[in-house]
Amino acid sequence: MQYPSQAVAKPYFIAALGLFVAQILFGLIMGLQYVVGDFLFPHIPFNVARMVHTNALIVWLLMGFMGATYYLVPEEAETELHSPRLARALFWIFLVAAALTVVGYLAVPYATLAQITGNELLPTMGREFLEQPTITKIGIVVVALGFLYNVTLTVLKGRKTAISSVLLLGLWGLALLFLFAFYNPHNLVRDKFYWWFVVHLWVEGVWELILAAILGYVLIRITGVDREVIDKWIYVIITLALVTGLIGTGHHFFWIGTPEYWQLWGSVFSALEPVPFFAMTLFAFNMVRKRRRQHPNKAATLWALGTGVMAFLGAGVWGFLHTLAPVNYYTHGTQITAAHGHMAFYGAYVMVVLTIISYAMPQMRGRAANSDAAQTVEMWGFWLMTVSMVLITLFLTGAGILQVWLQRVSADPQPFMAVQDQIALFYWMREWAGVAFLVGLVVYLASFFVGGRKEAAA
Amino acid sequence: MSTSFTTSSARNVFYGGTAFFVLLFAALVFQTESDIPQRDRREMLAQNPQVAAGKKLWENNNCIGCHSLLGEGAYFAPELGNVVDRFGGGEDGKATVKAFIQGRPAEGIPGRRSMPQFNLSEKQLDEIADFLEYVSKIDTAKWPPNIQG
Repeated sequence: MQYPSQAVAKPYFIAALGLFVAQILFGLIMGLQYVVGDFLFPHIPFNVARMVHTNALIVWLLMGFMGATYYLVPEEAETELHSPRLARALFWIFLVAAALTVVGYLAVPYATLAQITGNELLPTMGREFLEQPTITKIGIVVVALGFLYNVTLTVLKGRKTAISSVLLLGLWGLALLFLFAFYNPHNLVRDKFYWWFVVHLWVEGVWELILAAILGYVLIRITGVDREVIDKWIYVIITLALVTGLIGTGHHFFWIGTPEYWQLWGSVFSALEPVPFFAMTLFAFNMVRKRRRQHPNKAATLWALGTGVMAFLGAGVWGFLHTLAPVNYYTHGTQITAAHGHMAFYGAYVMVVLTIISYAMPQMRGRAANSDAAQTVEMWGFWLMTVSMVLITLFLTGAGILQVWLQRVSADPQPFMAVQDQIALFYWMREWAGVAFLVGLVVYLASFFVGGRKEAAA
Repeated sequence: MSTSFTTSSARNVFYGGTAFFVLLFAALVFQTESDIPQRDRREMLAQNPQVAAGKKLWENNNCIGCHSLLGEGAYFAPELGNVVDRFGGGEDGKATVKAFIQGRPAEGIPGRRSMPQFNLSEKQLDEIADFLEYVSKIDTAKWPPNIQG
């Protein structure tokens, strides 16, 4: 760690991992409710567990992105962070707001939460992933603006690199697109249409810029490959991402009341969305193959390579699986979507945050890398979580194929719940894979507490 | 990558390409806005204020947290975009939807998934039913494939 102000990243990373644990626990609750329908009913109904599961994910990834930014921007800009104090204050504001929101979800019925937080004044609640009370959404905007002010000033006063420019572009895009969360027309078609401007243009748009920048930064540090080469790769990847992903938004506009020409636009462009992820895989492997130094942090290298592979599989391959309109006609809104969602989020965004944490945490704890013993445990965590996620995805895909067949394709289509009963075996297997994931997470977290001989600080 | 393709040309391609596709996307969005009035049944919203009230109820009770609506949402409970039709259509369908919501046992059903009891008033039940009827009339390019959703 070259600049003391980089250390503000540490609480962000710790809180991110804490919320990761919460996310997985609530995921297990939901998974069990799929097969034991009355589990925790009516105290934690499925929809409440789901809100905690998805919102905790979003918040911890945002925490991870912020921590990554605070860590890498001073090094890229070769100057101290503009205001470490603001960064620390915003951390606590964000954490407390997130905690209060989760308490709100769990403590009172959702309708009561909507009422006491004044949803009536500016109704934004009750839409998937945007369930947060309006006041929380305003808080997110305030935190994002303070954060962007802080890092933008830092970049402006220091060295400008491709990595920091791309990262800032992604982060500004993230904040601006979130403003569509405040637009909620009565017209359901328009509501859904603009809802995707947050959801799709985040995960299949600007977040890919953030992903490429973080991955590029870590690869420069651990491989020692020339910055010129890395920068070029990053620009190629993000060009491909936005060229395919922007019009690719159309793959959400097939069946929601939007015009039918979107079936062609959406199919063609989203079918190309795996290309940037494939480029990312090539990028990670090529840089590691051409490395000019043997960095002692082997775990971080593994995470970086894993991000490339799993993002391509989850976002690329599993996305392509159901993105063509004639296929999506049958798979839309089934467990196929859930399968894709799980591996895409894990492979792209969870893994890139764990990559930067794996690289940066040892540095912030005063060493170039953790002991071999600690890294071995961390890599066990990597494999357990990754293999479990592959299994979760495969089981959900199996459930999805059966669901599509029984409910939508067969000569005698059956009702939703009748189908759910018949595919319960797959839900059980998914739940056990989820338990294995939790074991992997515990192993991963335990690696932070393994001692042993450490590499000296770089 | 060849040496003639420099980092600065890669950067220019990125900014140029992004600008072009942002504009193309914007053009498609404007085109969509001018085309959807024929598909989105906005006249039903204008004629009956209960539809918008029903949408608010739908949101305030986080129905999307279990159900899907036009295929979007959670996949824990049935698709509701066509539920009024699945339950018989028209006034019959709406009455069945209302009776179903009203009849949910507060303590659930042992071992099975069950919708919570939301204790909605008669007026609120009408609003939800009108909202779901409106959704069922949206032109969704013949999705879902059959009545089961």
